[in-house]
Amino acid sequence: MSAPDFIVHDAEDTVGVIVKEGIAAGANLEGWVLADDSRITIEAKDDIPLGHKIAVNDIADGDTIIKYGHDIGKAVAAIAKGAHAHTQNVKTKRW
Amino acid sequence: MAAQTYFGYRRENGRVGIRNHVVILPLDDLSNAACEKVAANIDGCLALPHHYGRLQFGADLDLHFRTLIGTGCNPNVAAVIVIGIEPSWTGRVVDGIAKTGKPVEGFAIEGHGEIQVVADASRKAKEYAQWASELQREPCETSELWVSTKCGESDTTSGLASCPTVGNFIDKFDALGATTCFGETSELTGAEKVCASRAATPEAGEKFMRTWQAYMDEVIEPHKTSDLSDSQPTKGNIAGGLTTIEEKAFGNLQKIGKTTKFIDVLEPAEAPAKGAGLYFMDTSSAAAECVTLQAAAGFVVHLFPTGQGNIIGNPIEPVIKLTANPKTAREMGEHIDLDVSGILRGEMNMDEAGDALIDITMRTCNGRLTAAEALKHREFVMTKLYRSA
Repeated sequence: MSAPDFIVHDAEDTVGVIVKEGIAAGANLEGWVLADDSRITIEAKDDIPLGHKIAVNDIADGDTIIKYGHDIGKAVAAIAKGAHAHTQNVKTKRW
Repeated sequence: MAAQTYFGYRRENGRVGIRNHVVILPLDDLSNAACEKVAANIDGCLALPHHYGRLQFGADLDLHFRTLIGTGCNPNVAAVIVIGIEPSWTGRVVDGIAKTGKPVEGFAIEGHGEIQVVADASRKAKEYAQWASELQREPCETSELWVSTKCGESDTTSGLASCPTVGNFIDKFDALGATTCFGETSELTGAEKVCASRAATPEAGEKFMRTWQAYMDEVIEPHKTSDLSDSQPTKGNIAGGLTTIEEKAFGNLQKIGKTTKFIDVLEPAEAPAKGAGLYFMDTSSAAAECVTLQAAAGFVVHLFPTGQGNIIGNPIEPVIKLTANPKTAREMGEHIDLDVSGILRGEMNMDEAGDALIDITMRTCNGRLTAAEALKHREFVMTKLYRSA
């Protein structure tokens, strides 16, 4: 198996985690879904650093972000599939 | 998996330690200087300076004594010298530690002066250090090992790989009858209901939820000045890709594995009393505070996953650091005991990573210095609940 560019915890997750350094916009990325050991491909819309999240589908402003199969916060702007999902467009629902 | 055997120090009360420290323990901030002088005089002695111990009261004072007495009682400690400004509270710490049966003696500075106390305590410390140097390691079982865990400077690789590696270890060691502990009350926020569902009994689950809610009501709500998004997640967490406290909490929770249930909820620094199994302890999520409390509860070896590279150690409980972040492993390798970044490349599965962590833990139990020990990281940080009187 080739090393993945990003990893998704659960099949229903709406974000994955970049696990390689130097991912640039326009790159075709291969993702590994841990829950069912499947592979998906997505084109990166942004430069995304190691450890940061990539949207694995289009996310609307206000949508709940799902990771680990659970609610980890909400989108505060629309996030296109392949875009960088982080503090600029995702916020906590807690404090 | 089969039970692991390692060579530890069996103490007077039957508990097993993996280190053999003679601790010079200050009751209060005023006594730090005397303790450091004794430790400088006598080889093989370890002073544990800290900031508190004066005018504390109520639950905060109880926690102060529980932490000091628990630290002295830890089976990684062979013998203890306690030095305090006055004899009454000094004696209270000595009496608490003496219940283990290990050698302990107290010295009070008032009425003698520091120079006299340093001389007297140094003579006793020399006696203890020479006695401890002849204690021998003997074969011990996995079921006698107390293991704590807490993660720090986490990033998304923690939740993907290094925390699940600890989880794999916890599941395997729980089946072997080990006693284990996780904490970090605040950093379970967002995953608190999932955490409560991992309780072995409804009572333990309800106790966890009460503990978590009390933290929210008594600490966060009265004191917060913003949405906490600059503190939780931390700047380091955010640089590493973690965006929200909920995301951090689910990563954190990977440390308790897939099957293990926690059997009880402990007060800070409270020793487990319900036998083997996994315990949750109510702690701060600041690394040194949390590990200091777990060491004071009697845990002898600590598993610490890090993403961006937290460099914490503890003076009496060896801290084993693992990371799955390949950049951290490369740039901060001197702080890392186990690199599990291969999981992210598909080169290593979780079972193999868990076995690698067991291997490095057994080597640590047998005496291998952790990275934090070799680098002399000895963060001993008392938790203070409120201002002194």
